[in-house]
Amino acid sequence: MAVELYLDLLSQPCRSVLIFAKKNNIPHEVRNISLMDGEQYGDHFGKISLIRKVPALRDGDFCLTESPAILLYLAQKFQTPEHWYPADLQQRARIDEYLSWQHCAIRLHGSKVFWLKLMIPEVLHVEVPKEKMEAAVEELSGSLKLLEEKFLQDRPFIAGGHISLADLVAIVEVMQPVAAGLDVFGGRPKLNAWRDRVQAAIGKELFDEVHQNILGSQERVKVMDGSKLEFSKAKILNFFM
Amino acid sequence: MELYLDLHSQPCRSVFLLAKVIGIPFEFKLVELSAGQQYSEEFGKINVMRKVPVMKDGSFVLTESVAILKYMLQKHSSSLADHWYPADLQQRARVNEYLSWQHMNLRAHGSKVFLLKALFPVIMGSEVPKEKMDAAVQDLNQSLQMLEDKFLQNKPFIVGDKISVADLVAIVEIIQPVATGLDVFEGRQKLTAWRERVKKALGEKLFAEAHEVIMKVGSLPQQMQNNSNLEMLKPKFQKLFS
Repeated sequence: MAVELYLDLLSQPCRSVLIFAKKNNIPHEVRNISLMDGEQYGDHFGKISLIRKVPALRDGDFCLTESPAILLYLAQKFQTPEHWYPADLQQRARIDEYLSWQHCAIRLHGSKVFWLKLMIPEVLHVEVPKEKMEAAVEELSGSLKLLEEKFLQDRPFIAGGHISLADLVAIVEVMQPVAAGLDVFGGRPKLNAWRDRVQAAIGKELFDEVHQNILGSQERVKVMDGSKLEFSKAKILNFFM
Repeated sequence: MELYLDLHSQPCRSVFLLAKVIGIPFEFKLVELSAGQQYSEEFGKINVMRKVPVMKDGSFVLTESVAILKYMLQKHSSSLADHWYPADLQQRARVNEYLSWQHMNLRAHGSKVFLLKALFPVIMGSEVPKEKMDAAVQDLNQSLQMLEDKFLQNKPFIVGDKISVADLVAIVEIIQPVATGLDVFEGRQKLTAWRERVKKALGEKLFAEAHEVIMKVGSLPQQMQNNSNLEMLKPKFQKLFS
């Protein structure tokens, strides 16, 4: 029986879950939840998840949220190749370490840049003070530096010789500020090389397919109906500004 | 095994408690945060991110409490009851779900309330603006509501009938704002009952031992005032209040 995946590919953690499911041929059905249209607040989705965030998984009557938990569940249930989450305790710990750290680091900082650089000015039509934008980019730079110097070091991937859940979760987050027009890879040869390896390991076609939506953001905001986000405006500004 | 800890820090407390519960022998290496010891050259060699907790098992150095907890649980799984980190797929998923969600929710909101109440005046030299405090408390309330409504529901513990590492991580985060005098348990019977169950499952004495320093946090501002490192620490802490 196929698992249901509630996704919006504009969301980074939705992308890691879909890539993982597709790459590993896990039987799944995608249920689109349009965040821009507020579909996460609908009655139906409320029954899947009280937290009202994507991604969410439904397997029979078991519902699960939080992409690291979903990825680990899928890896365990469908016995995916070991390199995604190795049995070796220390390699596994390196992955867990990254999955924990990234919440308040790359994920937060990359999201912030995406909203401050693109969505808030272009869709919400609120001016973002220059210092705030610079500070956000600086924070992201700090996180990217740690990704390179602490999590990668001289290794091809975060846990060692092979791609794992950590790299997957990392790459989708790094792509978010890229989608807002920030040149994340310029002047960062180590990060560049790692990205190429991750893309190759995932498969360029799959990677591009899953990132198509988000990478069209700069064009989309030109024609997007700004009123769609009005209901979330206060919350968004409070969080990011 | 060496554990680099300051029990003022919530994730240090969960690591300390689990190590004691499992019975893992370890050397407690104090890294006094209020004195800025995390910025020493020596500690920088242990952890470039200059945060606690850090675990050193032989030559293997690991940061991030969730990773350290999982490492300890899996390394000692044969001598540990299953309920701490269940092997069952769905139960384990519930633990992982909580451990993931809590970073940007209960942990973030509880920490913010704590930092505003305990440190804002001594770092910024003025009282916390009311709207800032109110907003932080409101966020914390939302997280606590989610803990009750989604993670606990009608179960004794987050996963079900027995305590797991998820409850441990949750309780140490909740105590943080409590230590500054905010009684989050008032009016929350479900949460209070859960707290009592968790304390009992961990051991009341051990729980009290782990929380001894944070419950004395009232004296922290004075300690910091008296510390020659305060001027060096101020800009680093100011970032937290922007």
